[in-house]
Amino acid sequence: MTTPTPPIDLTSANVQGMRRFRNNLATAFVYASVLVAAIPLGFALLYVIQKGAGVVDLDFLTKDIPIVSRLPGPGMGPAIVGTLAITLAATAMAVPLGILAAVYITEYGQASKVAGVIRFLSDVMAGVPSIVMGLFVYTIWVLRFGQSGFAGALALGALMLPIVIRSTESMLRLVPDTLREGSSALGASKSRMIMTVVLPAALPGITSGSLLAVARAAGETAPLLFTIGAARSINLDLFDGSNAALSTQIFVNAQQPFVGAQDRAWGAALTLIVLVLLLTILARLISRRFTLR
Amino acid sequence: MTTAPPALDRPPAGPPPAGLGLDGNRRRLADRSFKAAALASGLSVLAILVLIAVSTTQKAWPAFREEGFSYVTGSRWAPNIDIFGALAFISGTMIVSAIALVLAVPVSVGIALFLSELAPRRLRQVTIYVIDVLAAVPSVVFGLWGLIVLAPWIVRIYDWIAGLVGSVPVLNTLFGPPVNGRSFFTAGIILALMITPIITSLTREVFDTVPSGQKEAALALGATRWEMIRGAIFPHSRGGMIAAVMLGLGRAMGETIAAALVIGSSARLTLHLFSSGDAMAAVIANQFGESGGLHRSALIAMGVVLFAMTIVVNMVARVIAGRHLEGAPARSGRTR
Repeated sequence: MTTPTPPIDLTSANVQGMRRFRNNLATAFVYASVLVAAIPLGFALLYVIQKGAGVVDLDFLTKDIPIVSRLPGPGMGPAIVGTLAITLAATAMAVPLGILAAVYITEYGQASKVAGVIRFLSDVMAGVPSIVMGLFVYTIWVLRFGQSGFAGALALGALMLPIVIRSTESMLRLVPDTLREGSSALGASKSRMIMTVVLPAALPGITSGSLLAVARAAGETAPLLFTIGAARSINLDLFDGSNAALSTQIFVNAQQPFVGAQDRAWGAALTLIVLVLLLTILARLISRRFTLR
Repeated sequence: MTTAPPALDRPPAGPPPAGLGLDGNRRRLADRSFKAAALASGLSVLAILVLIAVSTTQKAWPAFREEGFSYVTGSRWAPNIDIFGALAFISGTMIVSAIALVLAVPVSVGIALFLSELAPRRLRQVTIYVIDVLAAVPSVVFGLWGLIVLAPWIVRIYDWIAGLVGSVPVLNTLFGPPVNGRSFFTAGIILALMITPIITSLTREVFDTVPSGQKEAALALGATRWEMIRGAIFPHSRGGMIAAVMLGLGRAMGETIAAALVIGSSARLTLHLFSSGDAMAAVIANQFGESGGLHRSALIAMGVVLFAMTIVVNMVARVIAGRHLEGAPARSGRTR
């Protein structure tokens, strides 16, 4: 005869002390890690906003960079123009090339060895340190033609290329095959199918991925250090003469012991953050708006 | 009976008329050239990588030839008398990357667990958004903050720690008294801040691939949440987590500007984490402008060594990631 066993209490209150303790410890660790990351990041951003807001005004955004860095006073206009122009030139080179490469991988390569190798190499290229990109452009371009905005654009473009390839590739994979088949069934050639059906369908995703690559490039310093020089007035000719960029100006001014220079660094930092965040948010808006439908 | 003549508005069977054939040829030509352009774009990645390796190695050759193997084994870096041993910088890069990983990995895994297991849905979305935005903040901005705000402030904490461990054998070599706030450790902190968003988002993606059946099964067996994480999530995600950490390491090794600003720039081979030091990428950034001749060649050589190191780390990461991170098949029901 079996005696009826008493019902087992399975509620969490009965979990043995040590196990409950470990669980609570782990939960506390998880919350703590969120705080540990959030606090310094929050401090850094708030500090930049607070310091920068006192510096940035219309004069700061438009005036030339002072020749004597000891003196206080405004001027980041050439750096803002330079950052925009150099990044734009890099985008014009890297985005079409990256999209075409991604088209090869997804539309022509399919399971081929070549496409696999290109994918792997673009992953490897994404890991190349940005300063090596700067050295690379220095050796192939600057040594022959001198420092210029275009040299900086080459370095930034090389940095953007793998990011554009991978984001475009993942977007092209999301295009349903039925669209491709429908286009082929109507007699379109493959290139026509890609240009008129596949790419338009993936356009929002490609745009947002490319904008993220642009945002990354706009904030880069190391590739520009030895490639663009240091202009103090606006230079719109990317091929001739040295240029300026916000990121390199922050780097140079941060190391000055003078308050005036450091103030310019904070102002440039705020300007750069706003620029990069606008690009990032725009990218998110585009991808959210179009992927939900 | 004779067959009816083909209707006029219908193309005849058989070979297409000459006009159409010409058009077809042109179409084929357009098609082929488009494919060729796409292939060429793809191969440009290979071309650029080869060009990077060849052109930098070529300019670095004088330094490699002059120094030989002692370029990577020598620890004396004296540009004024043309002696270039990069060992102090190579070890500096490793020290700083190690500090960054030790600080960033637990925090990143914690945040990823928070996002995948603890956070309410709305907070989860907001946090993911914030992490994306933080990942976009330029490194030079963190460097600026680290140099002007963090370094002068944190030196007091270094002093306090150095006082605490002053009589403990191993710890007092690692954490000796600081000179100023610019040190290996400060650089490690700044780099940790920068690689945390990357490791977090990769790790979270791995955690999201754990089949919910396994998690629910663990909970149904009476496991606490922590036991479920240890028993169901971690074993399933181990490979992906390693890949995420390796990618973070690659990023930390190559990160230049933030380290260049806060590491203190002094060439010394030491394990004293609170002392100023230098790292490979930082040396290139800080010395390139004033260099010439063999010194410049030696700095480019440093870029070559750094390139090789990061390529190895990233390749290993991608090979692991290829197995575990991308399109990781949802292994349903199989337990290990």
